[in-house]
Amino acid sequence: MTAASVDTGLKASSERGALARARLLRGLLPALSLALVLIAIAWLNPRAISYFGFSLMLNLAIPIALATIAQMFVIAGNELDLSIGTFVGFVGCVTATWLKDAPLIGVAILLGSIGVYALLGALIHLRNLPSIVVTLGMSFVWQGLAILVLPKPGGKAPDWLLAIMAFKPPLVPFPIIAALLIGLVVHFGLMRTSYGVILRGSGGNPAALGRAGWSLLKTKIVLFALAGLFGVLSGMALIGITTSADANIGNGYTLLAIAGVILGGGEFVGGRVSPIGAVLGALTLALAASPLLTFMHIPPDWQVAANGTILIIVLAARVLISRRER
Amino acid sequence: MKKLIVLSALAAMLASGTALADTSGKKIAFSNNYAGNSWRQAMLDSYGIVTKKAVANKVVGAADIFTTADKEVPTQAAQVQNLILQGYDAIVINAASPDALNGAIKQACDAGITVVSFDGTVTEPCAYRVVVDFKDMGKQEVEQMAKFQPKGGNLLEIRGLAGTSIDDAIHAGILEGVAAHPEFKIVGSVTGDWDQTTAQKAVATILPSLPDVVGIVDQGGDGYGAAQAFAAAGKPRPTIIMGNRQDELQWWKEQKDKDGYKTWSASIAPGVSSLAFWVAQQVLDGRKDIPHDLLVPYLAFTQDDFEAELPKIVKGGVASHEYTQEDAIAAIKANIK
Repeated sequence: MTAASVDTGLKASSERGALARARLLRGLLPALSLALVLIAIAWLNPRAISYFGFSLMLNLAIPIALATIAQMFVIAGNELDLSIGTFVGFVGCVTATWLKDAPLIGVAILLGSIGVYALLGALIHLRNLPSIVVTLGMSFVWQGLAILVLPKPGGKAPDWLLAIMAFKPPLVPFPIIAALLIGLVVHFGLMRTSYGVILRGSGGNPAALGRAGWSLLKTKIVLFALAGLFGVLSGMALIGITTSADANIGNGYTLLAIAGVILGGGEFVGGRVSPIGAVLGALTLALAASPLLTFMHIPPDWQVAANGTILIIVLAARVLISRRER
Repeated sequence: MKKLIVLSALAAMLASGTALADTSGKKIAFSNNYAGNSWRQAMLDSYGIVTKKAVANKVVGAADIFTTADKEVPTQAAQVQNLILQGYDAIVINAASPDALNGAIKQACDAGITVVSFDGTVTEPCAYRVVVDFKDMGKQEVEQMAKFQPKGGNLLEIRGLAGTSIDDAIHAGILEGVAAHPEFKIVGSVTGDWDQTTAQKAVATILPSLPDVVGIVDQGGDGYGAAQAFAAAGKPRPTIIMGNRQDELQWWKEQKDKDGYKTWSASIAPGVSSLAFWVAQQVLDGRKDIPHDLLVPYLAFTQDDFEAELPKIVKGGVASHEYTQEDAIAAIKANIK
């Protein structure tokens, strides 16, 4: 081996090392921002850092995490879903009415709504429509259906669902276990299986994937169906916590879910998403938006603006660090 | 052993304590889900005025206000949970949903916290509800309309925010009123979201397709917008029920000065927030006989007394009334049957 080749070899490995470090940093970023928010909360209100505190602060983050995963699947395919919030609301209304009173019909409706999501994926692919337009339209459809199912707030969650969401495991609060489970299951499915690679590839380089003989129609349908599935899970989890439904209950989730994906290290294009990051991003947003704000004792006139500022700071931190990668 | 000490301390407390506890160390939080219209602003102002005085006079230890950034139910549920963690003794709440917050409300009750809801009340049995009789208000609108339009005719209904209990109750009252007065017929219904601009747009859109209407039954915050829509379309001005807003009463006064225009105005007084505060204080004071459902009257103005109220309302505001501790005690008494 000559000295020159050793030199180039070293250079390549150090470059690879820098890239790996940047990638590691990017992977750790969602965890870091979550840790920061938790430290701030611990400092402001030590009482919150306890089994009881975490159960209370994080249980509403579970439906957000599920909605974020749903949005992540859509974003993985270079699309955006503006209807996930109202869809979660619709699922919530079905859960609090049909699923309790007539479980078979309830299950059929929920499966049917996942089917509608799959069809939307097909429609967007076949007609080459912008997903923003299609899903914005669908958001009104879901909202309208939700009001039809439940014209005024009410209904009641099925008992088994209440039991699941009120589950108190020893030592570790339920929301943390649930978040871990969601993150790991989706991580394995999307990042560690071969079809998961194809799904991400459909966002990364659809042309190459198409030429290699994979059906882009099928990947889009699968991505949207998965989004529908996790939207259903999100709506059910939400109703399990709130115990009863409201047609407007999920409206805020659309933007929270998008922010969660981005905060979790995802990109709007290129099929670059991270399931574990998305779950951490959702938890961070849920904690930053509400507990942190409540514990800070900001005058009421400024609270709304402060909420937005916290979100911008958290998201800006992510942009600053991920820029170092380039 | 430890348990024994705690128990004996508790027993000693119970033995020495009188019926009325001291509330000067108690902390009351206000959970509010929306601050973006004149009514809500007046609600927060009334609450602020009354509670600042109460804190200064050492009636309660603290009375903090928390407003969520959006109107969403999950955000407010999370807020209630955080208030539990903060260690408040009572939560006064204007809830985003009557049912969907029950999970969080129950957690608060289980943690020993008194919950008093008003305006947007909650159905969880452990909470207190300061309820304005919205259904009666809707019914009364039609009753009043019958006085101004004895011959009857077509009515246009303006609804509030879809999917809320308030909209539902007022609407039910209006339907009941129309059933009792068959000379009236509702020929159209639009959604005004309790907002003048939204109402104006909605009314302007439906107006060309409507037969002549003699009156408008609405929910407050939408009367002035409806009047503007009729004026812009060059249609004859119907009898519009008002909702205590400054711009509505101002318009009413202008019309009255011009040709003796007659109508009626009613809405829930935003100051009912201060009544809810005093109810919470009374519960913390150790009163055990307070009914969980407290019915309080709405605030109405007639042809004779609205002009006296008008100068008192700030521009863009809504007529209000700040309640005192005595008012709350009287309201509780009136509800104990």
